[in-house]
Amino acid sequence: MSKELIRLKDVSMQFEGETVLDNINLYFNDKEFLTLLGPSGCGKTTTLRIVGGFLVPTSGDVFFDGVRINDVPPHKRQVNTVFQKYALFPHLNVYDNIAFGLNIKKVPKDEIKTRVHEMLEIINLRGFEHRSVTSLSGGQQQRVAIARALVNNPKVLLLDEPLGALDMRLRKDMQQELKRIQREMEITFIYVTHDQEEALAMSDTVVVMDGGRIQQIGTPEDIYNEPKNAFVADFIGESNIVDGIMREDGVVEIFNRKFRCLDKGFAPNEAVDVVIRPDDVDIVPEKDGQLKGTVTQVTFKGVQYDIIVDFYGFKWLIQTTDFCPEGSKIGIKIDPDGFHVMKKSHYSGMFGDYSSYSEEYDEISENESEEEE
Amino acid sequence: MSGNTRRRTGALIAPYSIWALLFIAVPLFFVAYYAFTDNSFGFTFGNIARFFTETSRETGSRIYIDIFMRSLKLAVISTAICLLLGYPLAYFMTRASAKAQKIMMVLIMIPMWMNFLIRTYAWMTILQDTGILNGILSGLGLGKMHIIGTESAVVVGMVYDYFPYMVLPIYSIMAKMDYKLIEAARDLGCNGAQVLRRVIIPLSIPGILNGVTMVLIPSISTFYISQKLGNGRFFLIGDAIEGQYVANNLHFAAAMAFILMVILLVAMALIKYLTGRGKYGEGAKA
Repeated sequence: MSKELIRLKDVSMQFEGETVLDNINLYFNDKEFLTLLGPSGCGKTTTLRIVGGFLVPTSGDVFFDGVRINDVPPHKRQVNTVFQKYALFPHLNVYDNIAFGLNIKKVPKDEIKTRVHEMLEIINLRGFEHRSVTSLSGGQQQRVAIARALVNNPKVLLLDEPLGALDMRLRKDMQQELKRIQREMEITFIYVTHDQEEALAMSDTVVVMDGGRIQQIGTPEDIYNEPKNAFVADFIGESNIVDGIMREDGVVEIFNRKFRCLDKGFAPNEAVDVVIRPDDVDIVPEKDGQLKGTVTQVTFKGVQYDIIVDFYGFKWLIQTTDFCPEGSKIGIKIDPDGFHVMKKSHYSGMFGDYSSYSEEYDEISENESEEEE
Repeated sequence: MSGNTRRRTGALIAPYSIWALLFIAVPLFFVAYYAFTDNSFGFTFGNIARFFTETSRETGSRIYIDIFMRSLKLAVISTAICLLLGYPLAYFMTRASAKAQKIMMVLIMIPMWMNFLIRTYAWMTILQDTGILNGILSGLGLGKMHIIGTESAVVVGMVYDYFPYMVLPIYSIMAKMDYKLIEAARDLGCNGAQVLRRVIIPLSIPGILNGVTMVLIPSISTFYISQKLGNGRFFLIGDAIEGQYVANNLHFAAAMAFILMVILLVAMALIKYLTGRGKYGEGAKA
């Protein structure tokens, strides 16, 4: 990762008195794949639109290569955008859509032709020049939209949920494709999504947002393994989050039982949130367990079973390849590295209890489409 | 199965088909029938030929061709003015807040709730030599203007009467336009004028076409406006048809109506063909 390219300094945004972004400080490095991740209304699209020049922040500054660009309109920024539903020009064919930006810049016709054909090569749509964009499939339209932006050689490409309208399989392919294009063309991608899997799979850096604030910035591994608060832990992957007390460095107490863990640096007897990922739990016979519980629900997921286990009235999600029938009593063991201890935040107690767990929730949140503002 | 659904669809559209037959096809047939027959209903091209050949005894010019060209000129001028005023208005309407859009819509529609004749009479009182406009002008010390009875007065009347038919179709197309397309154009380097020329205008062509059709056709065939605001001084093709009809010269009136209809149909088909080409990428340049 090289030098810093864009910086947002103390950026806030209000729409009709409602705060959408609350004091955002963030920088984007050159040639980096950075993802703004969060649920609907978290401010990620607003952040993207501020970088694109479509919105001027209520307060704070935007710097590009050290120059303040708050008031620079979109057509004068070295930034191009891939829009959520592609926004291809329906009155132009594939060639003219891709050539649009170059035509505006009065690039010589020969050069336009070469560059458009290069792009068609990159997006695997050779021979589609004269096709009407409305006759293309969603995946093809998506690729044309990417080509239309990239052909202008932007320093930064902004992508606003570009894969949201595609089906699962196509989305996975396009993720690879985008990553490949980003590496080959060596430009910065700023990617907005509410799909945490997508964010983890593609990004160099993930910025988790909620309620107009940045919750955590880090590599995908950092975000997954060391979530800063209950919101991040819950939003990224599945998490059981329980109240705990940090007795001393390396010792955390949950359910009145002490466990060895790797976390340190908390005040003695500090109340904390403890995250246990569903796949960090080993199932053992009841008598050998550190904790004992009753299986209340079993769902076959293919690779593993998702089981809901009742521990003293608190329900956990555990992922296991061993079949445990509903109603059976089991014991569990957790290795020290299976615990992740977080400071209390205003998100404490809001997440991480699977009492109302239902598979349908996952479906709903995955299909939910983002419409901000 | 499919025969059944087809029969049901047939039953559903039957009332409309009968209506269309009675009130569209049959009258058109009669117009054509009268156009190609003489007073004793024998077949003739005479009426059609008369339109193209009859000359004025005083000047020697072709009477009906002249009348048609004058109608065409005034109609084209009115349509052009409607488009020049209506297009920007439609554009600003789509940019306004939802509430402002509603208010503007009502303001445009209100005149349409009044009878067409009454609106034309209102313009007479405004444009007369002793009318409201001249009252204001002389009040301001600007002297009087003679407008009533000129072509300008007729154009004013046409523009006023048909303006909503230009604005509404354009507005409805523009309101449906995806705002992201405009953002995309700006993102790709367009300034305001370029966005308009390269995206908004090409995409609003169907609306422009509808608006032009809906203004051009009634204004080319109007007779009332020219009689009232033109003081009957210039005959338009509508006046000519009406005059022949009133004079009980039904066959020649039908012939003129028929010719007008054919010319308009050909013109509209041509415009549609020319603007339709190149739309949505087909047939566009390589």
